[in-house]
Amino acid sequence: MTETLSIERTEDRRETAGRRPVRQRKRATRPAWEEPPTAAGQTAKGLTLGVVVAVVLVPLWIIVVTSLSTQAAVNRAGGLVLWPTDVTFEAYRVMLGDSTVRNALLVSLGITAVGTAVSMVVSILCAYGLSRSGSVAHRFILVLLILTMFVSGGLIPTFLVVTELGGYGQWWALILPSAVSVFNILVLRAFYSDTSADLIEAARIDGAGDWRILWSIVLPTSRAVTAVVALFYGVGYWNSFFNVMLYMPTDSEKWPLQYVLLTYVNRGNGLPGSVNSGFGSQFAQTAPLSLQMAVVVLTIVPLLLVYPFMQKHFRVGVLTGAVKG
Amino acid sequence: MSSVTAEPPARRNKLSLRARLRRDRSLLLMTVPAVVLLLVFNYVPLFGLLTAFQDYNPLVGVWNSEWVGFDQFTTLFGDSLFWGSLTNTLYLSFVQLILFFPIPIALALLLNSVLSERLRNLIQSIAYLPHFFSWVLAITIFQQMFGGAGLLNQFLRGNDVSTWDIMTNPDTFVLLVTSQAIWKEAGWSIIVFLAALAAINTDLYESSAVDGAGRWRRLWHITLPGMAGVIMLMLVLRLGNALTVGFEQFLIQREAVGHEAADVLDTFAFYYGIATNNYSYGAAAGLFKSVISLLLIWGANKLAHAFGEDGLYRK
Repeated sequence: MTETLSIERTEDRRETAGRRPVRQRKRATRPAWEEPPTAAGQTAKGLTLGVVVAVVLVPLWIIVVTSLSTQAAVNRAGGLVLWPTDVTFEAYRVMLGDSTVRNALLVSLGITAVGTAVSMVVSILCAYGLSRSGSVAHRFILVLLILTMFVSGGLIPTFLVVTELGGYGQWWALILPSAVSVFNILVLRAFYSDTSADLIEAARIDGAGDWRILWSIVLPTSRAVTAVVALFYGVGYWNSFFNVMLYMPTDSEKWPLQYVLLTYVNRGNGLPGSVNSGFGSQFAQTAPLSLQMAVVVLTIVPLLLVYPFMQKHFRVGVLTGAVKG
Repeated sequence: MSSVTAEPPARRNKLSLRARLRRDRSLLLMTVPAVVLLLVFNYVPLFGLLTAFQDYNPLVGVWNSEWVGFDQFTTLFGDSLFWGSLTNTLYLSFVQLILFFPIPIALALLLNSVLSERLRNLIQSIAYLPHFFSWVLAITIFQQMFGGAGLLNQFLRGNDVSTWDIMTNPDTFVLLVTSQAIWKEAGWSIIVFLAALAAINTDLYESSAVDGAGRWRRLWHITLPGMAGVIMLMLVLRLGNALTVGFEQFLIQREAVGHEAADVLDTFAFYYGIATNNYSYGAAAGLFKSVISLLLIWGANKLAHAFGEDGLYRK
């Protein structure tokens, strides 16, 4: 089974490479044998795709516009604002001036940075360690990894192991249990296995060891997939809130942004520990809508900052892994 | 003499284990961190499943807790809350299969027919975006659009129509969570189908068009058979995951709609296991889910093989 996985991955890769001519077909001209589209068909297609785009973008637009609105504009609209009239950054100023939100932002950034770094180092090393076929025990380790995709102890046994190791209330409990994604390792490994054997052989003859080969040859030639896997890990850490709920539910100083979003914006609660911060008490039920929407925007912004740069790599990185993932 | 020439390749295969370990020691060393993490957080918890057969007491640990055999399971099977969450899970899974599954396929077909590569990439980028949002964020956005104080009700109030709170209605909760799942993941799910479409040989289209097949005939006889393998694989994965309908999504909304509608197997294990310190009970529910899930994956895969498709692995 493991062999099938790896072989199919490589085949997919080659297909992607060999698919270039197919992609060129899409140079905005229709092949001669294809019927011209009907007007009704074109309209239906345009409408459907328009709706797809709108359901994603319209709510985001409304949220951003509301976060930039004055209280007066919010009152006039009776809630969410659809079109910017008088733009103000007041909500952002208040929000970033509040210690709870600032704290949560730092926590989120910290968990994401440290977590992604740990995950990437562990995954890259493991993927390379398993990528040289014929090395001792690599099949055994691969099976060990893949089995975890099908069999798991589940929520409670994992919780018990982490707490018995003293993870309750500890930062590492938010990172280490989810640090390794076997799927991501398999994606990386598929690419590393594809690195030219000649190149590696040449480096080996020049006296390079495995560490050197990984650092100077394999990593530079697989930047795209590295970026995509890093994005996956990063998004996972940035979005995680359940681990916080499990391991530090009462320690509001250690809450990340997602948890603040849930407590403040979604549930409209005040935080138990932060009554003095002004923001928490202000927020209980009556927080200005623009302020709530500013918190929402804050959780999206980091993603939107990296998204455009990652976008072009998705096809390379994801398809290879996803087709038989 | 001839034996000498034959020896080198034979000898390479017979490197002693010690020599091979020596040769590959850095490779092995590299896998150590990942293996250790998986052992601790994935394999050790498997032993934690033993707590399902105990009356686990956190003060004395797994090894010293009292063994109670299948008592937890007996209680579990007599618990109407458990049956409620199991029915919810299966029902939600079924509705999601019917309503969700065809959408990415249709969208992929539609997108594939867009001629301009630029436009297609743009639409794809936008459709992928919600996949990267957290459930907290996705539900907050839904809350802002459809909640009691949301955009829809703001509009209804403005036009003197009675308001309608979709987010807290247990009766329509199934449709709500399904549309959330579609909004968040349908765009991302098209990736595999687009890949399958791109792999279809375009010569087939051309020759069949020359033979007089119209666009619907080509869709039916070339495109769909070309996607069949991937569609079947996705169906197998979906069936195998029938008992997992999304955990955080329900956890977050449970408060608003009540546990009767929102409890699924995973939230059951959380609320009646961890939140009440009744660990053994929750572990029993989790074990039940894992065992049935494994059977489902196995069965779905068998089914795929029966239809002559690859399923999760080649036979």
